[in-house]
Amino acid sequence: MGLSRPLADFAAEVGAEGPVAVVGGRTQWDVGGPVAPDARLVSAPAGVVDHQPADMTVRVGAGTTVAELTEALAAAGQFVPLDPAQPGRATVGGVLSVGHSGLRRLRYGPVRDTLLEARYVSAAGRLVKAGGPVVKNVSGFDLCRLLVGALGTLGLLAEVVLRVQPVPAARRWLRGRADPDVVLARLYRPSSVLWDGDSVWVLVEGHPADVAELAGRLAGFAEVDGPPPLPAGGRLSVAPTDLNRFGNERQAGTFLAEVGVGTVHLHDKVTPPSPEPSVLDLNHRVRAAFDPDHRFNPGRRVA
Amino acid sequence: MRTLLEDLTAALGAGAVKGDPLELALYARDASVMEGSAGCVCFPTDAAQVQAVVGVARAHGRSVVPRGSGTGLAGGAVPIGKPGAEPVVVVTTRMNRILSVDAAARTAWVEPGVLNLDLSRAVAHLGLHFAPDPSSQQACSVGGNVANNSGGPHCLAYGVTTAHVLAVEVVLSDGSVARLGGTDPDPTGYDLRGAFVGSEGTMGLATAVLVRLTPLPPAVRTLLADFPSAESAAETVSAVIAAGVVPAALEMMDQRITVAVEDFVHAGFPTDAAAVLLAEIDGLPGGVDAAVATVVELARRHGARQVRVAADEAERALLWKGRKSAFGAVARIAPDYYLHDAVVPRTRLSEVLQRVYEIADANHVGVMNVFHAGDGNLHPLFLFDRRVPGALERVHEAAGEVLRICLDAGGVLSGEHGIGLEKRDYMPLLFSEDDLAAQDALRRAFDPERLFNPDKVLPSGSRCGDIRSLPEGVWV
Ligand SMILES: Cc1cc2nc3c(=O)[nH]c(=O)nc-3n(C[C@H](O)[C@H](O)[C@H](O)COP(=O)(O)OP(=O)(O)OC[C@H]3O[C@@H](n4cnc5c(N)ncnc54)[C@H](O)[C@@H]3O)c2cc1C
Repeated sequence: MGLSRPLADFAAEVGAEGPVAVVGGRTQWDVGGPVAPDARLVSAPAGVVDHQPADMTVRVGAGTTVAELTEALAAAGQFVPLDPAQPGRATVGGVLSVGHSGLRRLRYGPVRDTLLEARYVSAAGRLVKAGGPVVKNVSGFDLCRLLVGALGTLGLLAEVVLRVQPVPAARRWLRGRADPDVVLARLYRPSSVLWDGDSVWVLVEGHPADVAELAGRLAGFAEVDGPPPLPAGGRLSVAPTDLNRFGNERQAGTFLAEVGVGTVHLHDKVTPPSPEPSVLDLNHRVRAAFDPDHRFNPGRRVA
Repeated sequence: MRTLLEDLTAALGAGAVKGDPLELALYARDASVMEGSAGCVCFPTDAAQVQAVVGVARAHGRSVVPRGSGTGLAGGAVPIGKPGAEPVVVVTTRMNRILSVDAAARTAWVEPGVLNLDLSRAVAHLGLHFAPDPSSQQACSVGGNVANNSGGPHCLAYGVTTAHVLAVEVVLSDGSVARLGGTDPDPTGYDLRGAFVGSEGTMGLATAVLVRLTPLPPAVRTLLADFPSAESAAETVSAVIAAGVVPAALEMMDQRITVAVEDFVHAGFPTDAAAVLLAEIDGLPGGVDAAVATVVELARRHGARQVRVAADEAERALLWKGRKSAFGAVARIAPDYYLHDAVVPRTRLSEVLQRVYEIADANHVGVMNVFHAGDGNLHPLFLFDRRVPGALERVHEAAGEVLRICLDAGGVLSGEHGIGLEKRDYMPLLFSEDDLAAQDALRRAFDPERLFNPDKVLPSGSRCGDIRSLPEGVWV
């Protein structure tokens, strides 16, 4: 346990001047567009600092890989539902900064709900704390939620405190053919329901008796090892009630939709829609308030 | 030039604006012990009227204080301003329509003045409810819940308000309207919705909220365990969480409050127990049965004398009535009470609780404890009589000491009531100047001129940790 290097060293390396980009595992390096070539590359400290099973919290360096975090929590029967595609390479800070939730969002909520406290380096090169290390906190404004999905354009994550969850006693992936909305309505809090226009994949987790009972509700479904490979070109964000129509207008197999959530994984690249002008303006004001010179991850666009 | 009152009346119509001293006095305070003074009070009916009010306030150089039901406990809705420059208080009680309910999506668009419990009642026939359930849920507004990111007993498993808000329509300080968040899971851009929730009326006024509705669980079991000491109850809480059980709710009441409640509502609580734990487990039957067995076993192992599992819905309702009547019960026995709010890591509950009693004793203030133990959220309730000279000062002294020991234990200043005015000057105990500057940067991005609720949440000077150094225009 412990950090690979002090937070202050990281802050000093980032400094107060010049363009800087932070590298994690490079698993989502393209999200938001290419970083300007003149940006200096830095990496956040790594390591699990403190895990309190009875508080269900863990403090880790942002450069820690998700696999390492998972391993550290496993002994206590706990985990953090970050669920990146490549846990061996993806870092905690990278997953948070990109803000893509994993396939179990339906059950565990968006990835931003896991971040309790963040220590980040500001554009002025200072170490700043947001949030607090406990599971419930309304002391001041919620900067943590702002940092998640910000692609490192507001501050560079150095160390974070995350909410952990108990590992469910049983889990089962099932596959079958049915109307995805009907499947969703028939189950109580499934962990994941995926649909590619043809098949439906379902993950149920919990007490073994409940998992067996839920699986029994899905006539014609068979147990499988896991979800299908995720199309990794791009992600669309669609209102969950529009998914059915969306999918029926497309060729089966060209997408994988998270039913009940609204995330659609595609093979093709996706350009995110632009927010309405008043919201776009607010986005620019937020960026200007935190990083007026755009020295962090220059080139990356959040909105 | 016309007066503020005339301009507001021209914009909203007579009847929707109040300016006489008696009316103003009603809106000078909320449910905290602080008081300010309002310049005018207005009751808009839609976003366009709120925009008009913002325009008038700006023209007259007045700030705007959003207000829902005024049940806030941190002074968030208390108007602060120098004589002649008192704020315009904008009350949302006439914006109280449920605009639409989408049963398939399990969402609803509501106006901010809709009361929390009214929303849950309105969607109950669909098997749905609004999960955040503050003890004030009969009276508080959804807009107030959003602004304070409110919690409640069942937020332990379901999450606080921010987890149940998908989008907010906001009138900003320049008079424009922006819709933050959306119906889809990841709207493009920063999570401005997340930043707005919990902003305590300082970043704009919410004129509509898209809430997530939660299905009622298939199985629910509620149990009451009674303990020979507060420590053993607190240790049971840690043990339950460490065992991987996350109850829907896990509430603790000490003997003093149990006795007060029992006298009031006769819920059948054991009045000779040093502390009781009220636990609720919900979900699918298999998991619920296993979790109940674990909680019962852990309670016994930590010395519980009796563990009573509610046999039916009537008994369950009675147990909850006992918990939810706590504040009513206290109001019967003390002229005034001060409800505190702080959070510590769950593993530190037992020792911190002990210190709370010591601090109350040392300051000669009565204290009772009824709180969300499952997430470490303490609510010491100090009893006093404001007519007794020095009584309120002693309460503030004790409250300040409690905050310090909570921070020393690795906790934070507030778990659900917010910072408002009450804890504003304690912020430097938790945050450095750089940390506070970052929070101020966020507020500036939303409200560069500090039009909305300007004196709240962030300290303006370098005052540190002294609640008695209140800003000009407030008294307690
Ligand atoms: C007996 C009692 C028990 C309580 N129990 C709990 C509890 O269990 N959990 C909990 O979290 N809280 C609790 N509270 C505190 C309080 O009820 C909550 O904070 C509630 O959410 C406030 O809602 P309100 O409508 O009364 O808001 P108000 O008190 O009117 O306002 C609160 C804050 O919200 C802002 N605001 C209000 N409406 C808007 C809007 N539309 N747009 C922008 N800002 C707005 C105000 O400016 C102010 O800063 C309790 C209070 C009492 C008196």
